[in-house]
Amino acid sequence: MSRQTFLTRNRSIFWFLLSLAVFTLIVTVLADGIGNGMISTSFVKTLGRTLCLMLVAVAMDVVWGYTGILSLGHMAFFGLGGYMIGMWLMYARTEIIVSESLRAAAVPPTPEEIHDAVGTQIFGVVGSSDFPLIWAFASSFWAQLALVVIVPGLLALIFGWLAFRSRVTGVYLSILTQAMTLALSLYLFQNDSGLRGNNGLSGLQNLPGLDSVPQSMVSIAFFWASAAALAAGYVLFAWVVSGKMGSVIRGIRDNEGRVRFLGYHVESYKLFVFTVTAVVAGLAGALYYPQAGIINPAEVAPIASIYLAVWVAIGGRGRLYGAALGAAFVSLLSSWFTGGGVPNIPLGFYTIQWTDWWLVLLGVSFVAVTLLAPKGIGGLFDLVTRRHPVPVSTTDFGPDKGARRTVEGEEEK
Amino acid sequence: MKTLLEMSGVSVSFDGFRAINNLSFRIGEPELRAIIGPNGAGKTTFMDIITGKTRPDEGTVIYGEKSISLLKMSESQIAMAGVGRKFQKPTVFEAQTVRENLAMALKNKRGPVDVLLYRKTRRGAERIEEIAGIIGLSDQLPRIAGELSHGQKQWLEIGMLLAQDPRLLLVDEPAAGMTPAEREHTTDLLKRAAEKHAVVVVEHDMEFIRRLDCKVTVLCEGSVLAEGSLDHVTSNPQVIEVYLGR
Ligand SMILES: Nc1ncnc2c1ncn2[C@@H]1O[C@H](COP(=O)(O)OP(=O)(O)OP(=O)(O)O)[C@@H](O)[C@H]1O
Ligand SMILES: [Mg+2]
Repeated sequence: MSRQTFLTRNRSIFWFLLSLAVFTLIVTVLADGIGNGMISTSFVKTLGRTLCLMLVAVAMDVVWGYTGILSLGHMAFFGLGGYMIGMWLMYARTEIIVSESLRAAAVPPTPEEIHDAVGTQIFGVVGSSDFPLIWAFASSFWAQLALVVIVPGLLALIFGWLAFRSRVTGVYLSILTQAMTLALSLYLFQNDSGLRGNNGLSGLQNLPGLDSVPQSMVSIAFFWASAAALAAGYVLFAWVVSGKMGSVIRGIRDNEGRVRFLGYHVESYKLFVFTVTAVVAGLAGALYYPQAGIINPAEVAPIASIYLAVWVAIGGRGRLYGAALGAAFVSLLSSWFTGGGVPNIPLGFYTIQWTDWWLVLLGVSFVAVTLLAPKGIGGLFDLVTRRHPVPVSTTDFGPDKGARRTVEGEEEK
Repeated sequence: MKTLLEMSGVSVSFDGFRAINNLSFRIGEPELRAIIGPNGAGKTTFMDIITGKTRPDEGTVIYGEKSISLLKMSESQIAMAGVGRKFQKPTVFEAQTVRENLAMALKNKRGPVDVLLYRKTRRGAERIEEIAGIIGLSDQLPRIAGELSHGQKQWLEIGMLLAQDPRLLLVDEPAAGMTPAEREHTTDLLKRAAEKHAVVVVEHDMEFIRRLDCKVTVLCEGSVLAEGSLDHVTSNPQVIEVYLGR
């Protein structure tokens, strides 16, 4: 009975998964790797990365749109996921290259010699050759994959525990999350952070041992993996926000004090949502950065997390598909504008160059959406389905006695 | 009748203003108790202290057979220990349906994992229907609570209180915004609840208090001015001066 209600109550899951599957199929057929080559490999990578951004946006919507925690630090978790998988990618590939070049030597190299040579290769740019402690597991794929989950999860758990326990809420919490991601990026910028300072980790598009596989195939594989991750993440979060859990977290968003007096330990719920979404953000990052090829500390700069919030706001808070669409729409538009895809507008006295003016346009759109269409892109679907939308806020709705009316002046029964 | 809650020597100041002044109070189980007093007497603050919303500067609040101190517990722990509350201003979750509001209040495990894995049961659904029947909102279950009238929100909040199945019910001005018939219905409900549990009702409506037919505590300037039957306290000259003679 309850399973049926989950799917019938959440028709949007079905439509989302169907659209995603159709989209994946179309891209596959048109891509360079298997299809007819209408879509270039680099654009397949852009689309694959976009799917990862959609996943982290869905997670952000659960934190912000459903639970009411405006986290401006979730891209830190995304970046950490990227760093964790990047460490293995870099280590394993450098190791292969180094052992190949050392094989020519008269005396076969010992494992220590290979390890040292890998260190020199990786850390030469920051004037070092020793492996820092945090690279202890870098040679193991499975260990680093576990760290993709553990590191963002643990950071979110500790940060969230400290912040929620002392009941920091609202704008103060947002500032704290900004401080967290800023601190992380400043730390990573240092050369002795052990993660190559501002050089970051690079060459991540080259998978160790798969040099013979062309990038066109690698890109389509990552595209599929990203689509699968988005589908799984979407279903997971749709399940979390449905039913009683959804009821409680939306209650926390609207009036956390009241939820407390019903006997729910609000801090545990916030911590749960914050940590689970951080882990998913880490996984999304681990899929994103191999498709980007490089990760550096600028990726976890405070602005990245603010963009994430803007995507979700433009897409429409409080509905998962809205957040996903917002991320896709804005990030693709952004790469179109900043990539020189849009012709400049000569005004005679001044030429509008979109590479400079895109941010202004984005800022204006953000303000416009917030003021004029608070339901965002997702709100367009209400026009199609004519569904009576669930109100997002609980502040006074109606003209009288706190009663909400659908039509102004409507008679009260 | 055994004591369920005992408060002694409790004081609270807000920025130097003593809202509660050396207040002592006890209630047994089962018992029905009405609290009256002028505006600003500290009636709501008294409930805030019991439910953990406001921490007193001094005094003790002891609850239950094991005589646990409520002052060391968080709001949610106090609620889980069996203290339920209806707020003066109706506070329901306006963006959610009446059914969701009641389901959230229903007595069940409250941990995140329990809630995440919670599956609807026939018994839970029946209990919700039953409560909806009691509060007269049976055909409003699928409606968004924000659409309800003020009186219906009052009812919903009373329903949420019943759904929690608490041992101590703190009911702040339940009759506001209700019709005379609804007031009578509320009286019946509270009296029925007080057959098994401890019920504290704050109300300004004297007719309402008279129908409750129970011991009355008069609060004034943060302490107890008089206590006893309604006739007893209303004949007290001090009570007449501060409260009735307005
Ligand atoms: N959080 C607070 N900060 C400052 N002052 C407060 C606070 N809460 C209550 N007070 C003050 O304490 C006094 C008692 O308030 P309380 O709400 O308990 O009165 P009440 O008896 O419930 O009155 P009413 O009948 O109007 O509901 C009032 O003077 C009020 O202004
Ligand atoms: Mg009051």
